[in-house]
Amino acid sequence: MASLQTATEVLEQSFLEIRAKLLEIGASLDRIERAEDSSHLKNDPRLAQISRSIEILNEDGFDRAERIQQVFSDSYDPNWNS
Amino acid sequence: MYFVDPHVHMISRVTDDYERMARMGCVALSEPAFWAGFDRGSVDGFRDYFRQLTEFEPTRASWSRIQHFTWLCINAKEAENVSLSREVIAMIPEFLDRPGVLGIGEIGLNKNTRNEATIFQEHVDLAMKTNELILIHTPHLQDKYKGTRMIIDMLLDDSRVDPDRVLIDHVEEHTVGHAREEGFWCAMTLYPVTKCTPARAADIIEMYGDDRIMVNSAGDWGPSNPTAVPDFIQELRRRGYSESKIKKIVYDNPLEFFAKSRNFAFTPPDILAAEEQAKFD
Ligand SMILES: [Zn+2]
Repeated sequence: MASLQTATEVLEQSFLEIRAKLLEIGASLDRIERAEDSSHLKNDPRLAQISRSIEILNEDGFDRAERIQQVFSDSYDPNWNS
Repeated sequence: MYFVDPHVHMISRVTDDYERMARMGCVALSEPAFWAGFDRGSVDGFRDYFRQLTEFEPTRASWSRIQHFTWLCINAKEAENVSLSREVIAMIPEFLDRPGVLGIGEIGLNKNTRNEATIFQEHVDLAMKTNELILIHTPHLQDKYKGTRMIIDMLLDDSRVDPDRVLIDHVEEHTVGHAREEGFWCAMTLYPVTKCTPARAADIIEMYGDDRIMVNSAGDWGPSNPTAVPDFIQELRRRGYSESKIKKIVYDNPLEFFAKSRNFAFTPPDILAAEEQAKFD
């Protein structure tokens, strides 16, 4: 069941939504930066996850969502049960 | 369009939600056993809960002409209490032959602990001994990938388990591929903020196909939406999919999976309407 829409149609439908979500992320990061104790957060692992995810957005491919999920996931050890 | 919500905790919803779901086309739903918002203190607390799931909820659903099915277990959150879990697992068979009971669920992992894994395997053992379907809860957020892999490892380790009789729920972009490759049924939960959105669920179906997959609302204690499946239907319509393609995911697939349960007795809505009409003729 591949997409029935052309890339142009998808972009038409999602452009304003993408723009709004990017603004929301920008404003949220600004809000963190403006808050008083922001310097304490420099080494917070969650900010590193956010920053790695933003890099992924700029990479090619059609598995960006999956790769961002991996950024926010605990690692799995295949030998966990042995 | 008629739809089935294969995972919705109606015990946490008001009667008006049944009615709203019915008005939007819901004709059947299944309600897995889950956490009550607090840890229950005794096996009798679970016995009463199972009575509610098998007696009163089907009645309440019927007021809106919705057919109610259910799944029984002690959920992963309460599985840390191993002795209570074992008492509950020993009591579950009292209910397995009641009408509408589809199997064991939603079992799985929550924080991916040893105790959770032990109780998960003991539930699977019960399901295999009693020939029940299994509905799996996978953890949320950072625990999901690891927990889903652990669950699949445990299921594949048990040679009695047929993946075609197991539904793995709450799959997302990073877990759906592995679950499908191993032959399991999958479900996506449409849930504000922390889970999948209708658009992302539609993307996953475009990438992985529409076989052995379904969507649900989870409707529970959190800020969830029991009419999320109609939102998904609208998303697919907006993308140009035919009504029959959409129906496969929101109606045919869940019914095909449920039909593997010996307790599944479903009357299609058109036949139900004709039967009701006949009473007045
Ligand atoms: Zn649930």
